Amino acid sequence: MSTSVAGVDDVTASEPSLRRFLAGLPGVDQVGAEARAATLATRSIKTTAKQQALDTAISMIDLTTLEGQDTPGKVRALSAKAMRPDPTDSSCPSAAAVCVYPDLVSAAASTVAGSGVLVASVATAFPSGRAALDVKLADTRDAIEAGADEIDMVIDRGAFLTGRYSQVHDEIVTIKAACGRPGREPAHLKVILETGELATYDNVRRASWLAMLAGADFIKTSTGKISPAATLPVALVMLEAVRDFRLATGRMVGVKPAGGIRSAKDAIRHLVVVNEVAGPEWLSSRWFRFGASSLLNDLLLQRTRMLTGRYSGPDYVTLD
Amino acid sequence: MFEYAPAPESRSIVDIASSYGLFIGGEFVDTRDGHTFKTISPASEEVLAEVTEAGPADVDAAVAAARRAYDRVWSKTPGRERAKYLYRIARILAERSREFAVLETLDNGKPIRESRDVDVPLASAWFFYYAGWADKLAYAGLGSDPQPVGVAGQIIPWNFPLMMLAWKIAPALAAGNTVVLKPAETTPLTALLFASVCQQAELPPGVVNIVTGAGATGQALVAHPDVDKIAFTGSTEVGKAIARAVAGTDTKVTLELGGKAANVIFDDAPVDQAVEGIVNGIFFNQGHVCCAGSRLLVQESVYDEVLERLKRRMATLRLGDPMDKNTDVGAINSREQLTRIRELSEVGDAEGAQRWSAACELPEHGFWFPPTIFTGVTQAHRIAREEIFGPVLSILTFRTPAEAVEKANNTPYGLSAGVWTEKGSRILWMADRLRAGVVWANTFNRFDPTSPFGGYKESGHGREGGRHGLEAYLR
Repeated sequence: MSTSVAGVDDVTASEPSLRRFLAGLPGVDQVGAEARAATLATRSIKTTAKQQALDTAISMIDLTTLEGQDTPGKVRALSAKAMRPDPTDSSCPSAAAVCVYPDLVSAAASTVAGSGVLVASVATAFPSGRAALDVKLADTRDAIEAGADEIDMVIDRGAFLTGRYSQVHDEIVTIKAACGRPGREPAHLKVILETGELATYDNVRRASWLAMLAGADFIKTSTGKISPAATLPVALVMLEAVRDFRLATGRMVGVKPAGGIRSAKDAIRHLVVVNEVAGPEWLSSRWFRFGASSLLNDLLLQRTRMLTGRYSGPDYVTLD
Repeated sequence: MFEYAPAPESRSIVDIASSYGLFIGGEFVDTRDGHTFKTISPASEEVLAEVTEAGPADVDAAVAAARRAYDRVWSKTPGRERAKYLYRIARILAERSREFAVLETLDNGKPIRESRDVDVPLASAWFFYYAGWADKLAYAGLGSDPQPVGVAGQIIPWNFPLMMLAWKIAPALAAGNTVVLKPAETTPLTALLFASVCQQAELPPGVVNIVTGAGATGQALVAHPDVDKIAFTGSTEVGKAIARAVAGTDTKVTLELGGKAANVIFDDAPVDQAVEGIVNGIFFNQGHVCCAGSRLLVQESVYDEVLERLKRRMATLRLGDPMDKNTDVGAINSREQLTRIRELSEVGDAEGAQRWSAACELPEHGFWFPPTIFTGVTQAHRIAREEIFGPVLSILTFRTPAEAVEKANNTPYGLSAGVWTEKGSRILWMADRLRAGVVWANTFNRFDPTSPFGGYKESGHGREGGRHGLEAYLR
């Protein structure tokens, strides 16, 4: 059950060593993991703690639009919202990033430039990941050249589920190498596991470790195109993984649940799990993100209610 | 840092009377020959109410009321009619669950999360479950026409006051008996509130009688010649005294006594959930659990890792105001129990075991003991043999499965045990060999009305829960 890593290079040196390592990770008992998440979900976050949690959650949002019908205009509007989520209140923190398809990165980047809001782009034949590596690399480079600060890649679930772990690993390494930006630090790489297709928590844990061993800066639950997307027990298992990975290697990796988190209550439950499972060091946008769109409006409504004592209603936040 | 602001549950939902009489024959009556005593909140030492310490004449009156109700009404009420009353009680408990949860937490000191999410829902579930049996007793495997025993005297402990009441009263009533129940002296209030539920359900007077008091009241109940059956949950010491008192009489008896359960962690266990299981096994309800996993047996090869993870997890336990919805560990139930926990922990120190507890601030008032582990414990230590009944865990190691079984069974108790491994065959192998009434696999402290519960050896005899639980109340 030991999760210490003698050396990342030893583990990832060959298919058999990688397979042995992943198979040797401690199992996850489904009933126990879900019970723990359910207990943490009963935490009651009120008054000052709720205010703090709402602001923290807003600052962690990757405000996302990933639709075939997206337009540069919509992306610019979304970017403006990410910079000033509540135009009537300058004390409201900005979102962490906007997350768009590669061809819309330039529209987002030109809008948020200099604001501190980052531009994230999905790449690597999102959401299915079913394309040749060259195509995935071109997709990634496209996004970087257009100004993306962060790349959200998908793993090859087909390869993972058939046990071709090295292939998944090497692909992440290759994409990571393509994230370099001349004269700047490389774009951050978020690796989407698509946990809804991995089916078991054991697989979630293995895929998390695989992505971290390959150099992921973030591990992300879902594309948002598959149901179930982010769930609290999945976030719990991934947070245990980043906690253990840091203990084993000293390197901190971020976590991003995406898809399906729509209410402020749900977001706060995730923050509680971050706080009590991984630890408070993860409670910043550097180490934890929400991939979401409608969540931001509920956070804003709740925030206004906390500050004014009144619930303003859905007509008082922008629809995107 | 993310500090959770106080989130106290409101206590305004429950009305606590300044004083309570005894519930005999369907109404609250004053004592004939008893006294009064105060019940306090162990978290603050605030006096909650004055209750009656019933004397022998009170117990006599309660037994007489139960006998009358048995002879005239309850033994003649068909099973399907008894079921209706039990279903009604179950529903009322569910409807008034917040009231019961708040009162339980005030009187007992356990966290509101636990009384709200465990104790009260289970109490209701117990009544629902046994209501279903009331008209199906012929199919319980106890003969074609099983008959009730008569009047049952029931004595319950302070660790799960309402839940233990439900464990006792639900099967007794379903089987057609009437009862005299004595709650523990430190936690009488939810039983007295339950009396009002009996009234609300229009249960015939005398079917349920509740006499409050301490040891002497219990003795009077045990010694009463017109009681047909004694059901006791509590310490092994008192259980033995009860067994002696009823020896040679016709009184049937079931005893659910102490424990010193082994929680066995194998090297292939799902480690994060196993750590949760350890925490839940010993710190749930401040360790005031007869089946608590108070002896941790860890396979040597993973000892360091498990210990490190356990300590890290213990550092996140939130100890404090039991009424706060975010509290994980509440107050010790009484000064007397706190003294006992302290004494046995000092014995652990003196015997050379290493004590560790996470840094946590204890409230100024009330009775508190931090979640504590002892390492370097051997089978010879008193803290590995005696029931501490508090948040104190003794950690031992083992090398082989056979050694785990040997150590787990090397105790005069045998109530429960836990096994943590991903290997199904090993779970079955262990369950075959562990001499314990309940063996939990990859979980701990899980209760369900459909599942029989009870002990081997000095942990008592008889089973509660499930079809087996009916046997104690039928002949």
